[in-house]
Amino acid sequence: MKIQVTKGRIIDPATGVDQAGTVCIDNGTIIATGRAAAGFKPDMEIDAGGKWICAGLIDLSARFGEPGQQQASIASESAAAASAGVTTVCCPPDTSPVIDTPAVVELITQRAARSGKTRIYPIGALTQGLKGERLAEMYALQQAGCIAISNANQPLANNEIMRRAFEYAASTNLTVFINAEDHALRNQGVVNEGAISTRLGLPPIPETAETVAVSSALLLIEQTGVRAHFCRLSTAKAVTMIARAKQAGLPVTADVGICHLYLTEQDVDGYNVNCHLVPPLRRLEDKQALIRGLVDGTIDAVCSDHSPLNDDAKIAPFNLTRPGASTIEMLLPLMLDMVSRDQLSASQALEKLTINPARILGLQGGTLRPGSPADLIVIDPDLAWTVNRQQLRSAGKNTPFDGWELMGKVTHTILNGQLVFPDQA
Amino acid sequence: MTGKNNIQLDQNGRLKHFLSTEGLGRQLLIDILDNAESFAGVSHRAVKKIPLLRGKTIVNLFFEPSTRTSTTFELAAKRLSADVLNMNMATSSTSKGESLLDTLHTLEAMHSDMFVVRHSSSGAAHFIAAHVAPHISVVNGGDGQHAHPTQAMLDMFTIRRHKRSFETLRVAIVGDILHSRVARSDIHALKTLGVNDVRVIGPKTLMPANIESLGVHVFDDLKAGLDGVDVIIMLRLQKERMLSASIPSESEYFQRYGLTMARLRTAKPDAIVMHPGPINRGIEIDSAVADSAQSVILQQVSHGIAVRMAVMAMALGTLSGTAVKNYENTGN
Repeated sequence: MKIQVTKGRIIDPATGVDQAGTVCIDNGTIIATGRAAAGFKPDMEIDAGGKWICAGLIDLSARFGEPGQQQASIASESAAAASAGVTTVCCPPDTSPVIDTPAVVELITQRAARSGKTRIYPIGALTQGLKGERLAEMYALQQAGCIAISNANQPLANNEIMRRAFEYAASTNLTVFINAEDHALRNQGVVNEGAISTRLGLPPIPETAETVAVSSALLLIEQTGVRAHFCRLSTAKAVTMIARAKQAGLPVTADVGICHLYLTEQDVDGYNVNCHLVPPLRRLEDKQALIRGLVDGTIDAVCSDHSPLNDDAKIAPFNLTRPGASTIEMLLPLMLDMVSRDQLSASQALEKLTINPARILGLQGGTLRPGSPADLIVIDPDLAWTVNRQQLRSAGKNTPFDGWELMGKVTHTILNGQLVFPDQA
Repeated sequence: MTGKNNIQLDQNGRLKHFLSTEGLGRQLLIDILDNAESFAGVSHRAVKKIPLLRGKTIVNLFFEPSTRTSTTFELAAKRLSADVLNMNMATSSTSKGESLLDTLHTLEAMHSDMFVVRHSSSGAAHFIAAHVAPHISVVNGGDGQHAHPTQAMLDMFTIRRHKRSFETLRVAIVGDILHSRVARSDIHALKTLGVNDVRVIGPKTLMPANIESLGVHVFDDLKAGLDGVDVIIMLRLQKERMLSASIPSESEYFQRYGLTMARLRTAKPDAIVMHPGPINRGIEIDSAVADSAQSVILQQVSHGIAVRMAVMAMALGTLSGTAVKNYENTGN
């Protein structure tokens, strides 16, 4: 299959390209970016006039509901991902059952292959059953296809386990994904500790639940030499700590979830269950520090942290609801909003969604450089639309962005040289 | 005001649900107190019933154990001639896995008019008010660590009976502020009624973050905090606080925060001592204080009935401020 995407604005932060041009794809590989390849005779031509041509998005965290959920499935969520321009996702190990055996990895990769709309890379469990006590078979998980290793939001029994897990991951050449949270300090909390938690009477999560955990993880990273990626930073102080660690030359990277760039603890007011997230939404100052961290490069990537939940999971008093938000379809438009408000350049915004996550994962993609896998999207940056939870493609309707007016939408998604959005059925 | 509590009012600005003392205007709180005043006499009559809520069905939904609150709600409803259904939800079908919403819909189908709800989750009463059929009113009988508005109003009622005006008062709330829904509801009500000097006193471990944002002064020293106050509201110390590293022991707590006659002298000579009950003698309050002339703890309990009658009648739309006075005047 030969596809030519014609006359768009090509934005490829990996190569520094930002110019009008054409991209040619042959047999799953990008063969030309800029000018069409000589004598190229495409089977399909996509007119990208007035639009942007970019590498497919790489989402460092999206839960696709399998195994374990009733409403969301790999089929439903990869269709949602394709429509949102996400061509690669990492799936955290806190599925049910947990991704701690090659069998679960195979189940996910098989279903992903059947749906054929997104590349899914499972993240393996760091400890068996995520219980934080015994190491999972990291090497076997890596061989089965896990791209990294993590204990997700579950605690490790103690710092000795963390040290040994980091050492073993380092000797297996696996990157550890760390959701930094001290569970004792979190102590049943569900919202940021501050005026809002006090007024609503909701159990609070102090800032130190994150910073104490970041601090001990950094010391153990230094000791063990493991490559580590910090997931979902939420506090200003943690951003500063990561910046210092990077300056000191530690092998660390970091991401932030899209919700934390747009929402704060104030949005929880009125017991808004769709703003019940892990980590919690923090103060305005924290949100601003996260944005500064993106701009100065302390934060390498932005992910959706997509968590489609069954409707039942959110119909209860706040602290009894399951945390998480359905966000994958808003990821790119919200990042484009930061571009239109001049918080980030288009190239910076796309870097956080393409080449940077590719580098964190050690993947080939995330760029339009000739020879790269043909994962590519076309964006109409001027298309205005309103989020309507009922019209989301995701089976999870639990979005905090319902009713938001956004600009910019993906019009075409090509995965491995095949058009996967819009549907050709 | 945040506007987030507008769910409490109907489109005409009248009380529909009573979920929190936050977000309600001063006049509405005064109406509740005035109406409660007119009901306060009912309990002393030979026939303790008035037919204001005849034909109405009130369901007490207690997901958390409670004796005195559920009893006073039941008495209040019965004195207004309502039919009362007591559902002890701790032992009923919600513990069999039925969702809270399914339980509510089942009770709606029994043609209830009002749910009085107590639940261990903050926001549970808001959740229920947002999801019940539109003809049903919800009264919060205590939700998690969020609000206990009828307790706050009976506290205000008690204060008003003993003190002339709210504006000049100094009020101290002492103890486990962190876990107290009563403290939060009292603070909102006191501020709305015009009290400028509201103090919260307790160790840092029992003080919620940014409590000053509610307009109160924070003290960790009991004596300093009680200096010149007119009203002292003591809070109950839950035994489980010792397990959670909040305080070292009951005796150390009593040493630092227990209200004794000696400490009471720091307050104004005519200061009143209140407590939402049940009291822990020798832990947060000395027996001599609890039984002293300055203690109004038992009055609070009986005021609770009148206040709950007022709230129920107002939320069910069977009286306005003037209507009840007329009703009383006719001598029925």
